Amino acid sequence: MLHIKCPHCGMRSQNEFSYGGDATVKRPKLNKEVSDQDWDNFIYNRKSLRGKHLELWQHLSGCRQWIKVERDTATHEIFKTMKANEDEL
Amino acid sequence: MQKYSVFNLIKNAFSNHENWDLAWKDPTPKKEYDVVIIGGGGHGLATAYYLAKEHNITNVAIIEKGWIGGGNVGRNTTIIRSNYMYDDNALFSEFGMDLWRRMSQDLNYNVMFSPRGIINLAHSDAQMNVYARRGNSMRLNGIDAVLLNREQVKEIIPMADFSENVRFPIFGGLMQPSAGTARHDAVAWGYARQADSMGVDIIQNCEVTGFDVSGGKVKGIRTSRGDIKVKKIGLCVAGSTNILAEKLNMRLPIETHLLQACVSEPVKPVLDRVVTFGAGHFYISQSDKGEMVMGGDLDGYNSYSQRGNMPTLQHVLTEGIAMMPFLSKLKMLRTWGGIMDMSMDGSPIIDKTHIEGLYLNCGWCYGGFKATPASGWTFAYTIAQDRAHELNAGYNLNRFNTGHLLDEKGLGTKTWIS
Repeated sequence: MLHIKCPHCGMRSQNEFSYGGDATVKRPKLNKEVSDQDWDNFIYNRKSLRGKHLELWQHLSGCRQWIKVERDTATHEIFKTMKANEDEL
Repeated sequence: MQKYSVFNLIKNAFSNHENWDLAWKDPTPKKEYDVVIIGGGGHGLATAYYLAKEHNITNVAIIEKGWIGGGNVGRNTTIIRSNYMYDDNALFSEFGMDLWRRMSQDLNYNVMFSPRGIINLAHSDAQMNVYARRGNSMRLNGIDAVLLNREQVKEIIPMADFSENVRFPIFGGLMQPSAGTARHDAVAWGYARQADSMGVDIIQNCEVTGFDVSGGKVKGIRTSRGDIKVKKIGLCVAGSTNILAEKLNMRLPIETHLLQACVSEPVKPVLDRVVTFGAGHFYISQSDKGEMVMGGDLDGYNSYSQRGNMPTLQHVLTEGIAMMPFLSKLKMLRTWGGIMDMSMDGSPIIDKTHIEGLYLNCGWCYGGFKATPASGWTFAYTIAQDRAHELNAGYNLNRFNTGHLLDEKGLGTKTWIS
């Protein structure tokens, strides 16, 4: 069982959260020309590597806020958590 | 190669079975191959076998980081079926069913193919309508499908919960009588033994550390046991696809997720079909040893850990007990996990890539095992002919760009949603 520290509520069980995927994916800028490749990278293509992974979770059964979690995809060690509008480092 | 037969079995009994040939050799990698298949799982071994058998290409090596058959081909719930609605999936899988039926004879290896039938349970009128539609589509593609009402399901699986006052009452189900199970390890070993006998080098404990690509063309690979020059590379590494794609500067519509399975203690024969729960994601069959073999959802977040987490297991088994209450009395014997190459539309990719000589086989999601023979056959064709066969034409990589997705489940790009 993962224990995730919600930046708003503190340490909580994994059961209270739902997963939201890779947090590094950014939507191409609005009202700008977008290449097919950029759009595919946004919609479909993922790195999904072994090791550190920055990802979105929602504290669904808690404060309902979206948060960012940096987790190791092989060991599940959680290095840090932050609010969704905070950038890494 | 020594043939496996009852006469050889008797003959070898006189020498206490100490003189059987090794099923495959342990060769040192050569300096150069025509084709290298990366990944010694079911799909990789099958690909090498069909390259040799169908296309007469035998200067082939299978490079495996661990031991052959140690990944998902040894970790699945052994279900074989072709109950798909979309033509591309249905025709591909049904072609595979035909290979499954002949596999034990073809490989001279008993893969214990057991066409016991699969029943997908329905728990509402709406779901019965959906199943009727899917069943009709299957029959149009020549696949056997039978829509069962509640009474017919009860006759086949009386141990399921047929009480009226449950949250998900059983309304009926869709059955594919020709679906079934097979002994998964035997599939890997059977393909390995035949491929080896036709000259394929099976190289284990050899990790691919890099690729030699120049001028948009494959030249070779770097491995932990030396560099190898090669004309064509077939990538068959399931959950490790993204790791190798990164070394090739490719980004793919694939995420790696963990899927768990488990078996109960062995009990006397109680269930002679494969059954799936329709109001969640749970599937069950009984092995020849008597264990109840069960599986369900992904753990739900990107993972390479190859071992599962409790919340998902609890959730999946709750569904199982809702469907068949007697399961609550059984003790769990083993649980384990494998890492799945989840594609963004739930369907696989068997295709060429923008790099000449590099071929891709990935995105098998929940359904890799049953696809083993068809995947090997079509991937071998694609590598040998440098173009897709019509059976895997729909499994192209370009569909994510053109929008011709094969989203059988209608889940979209959130691969972790079940």
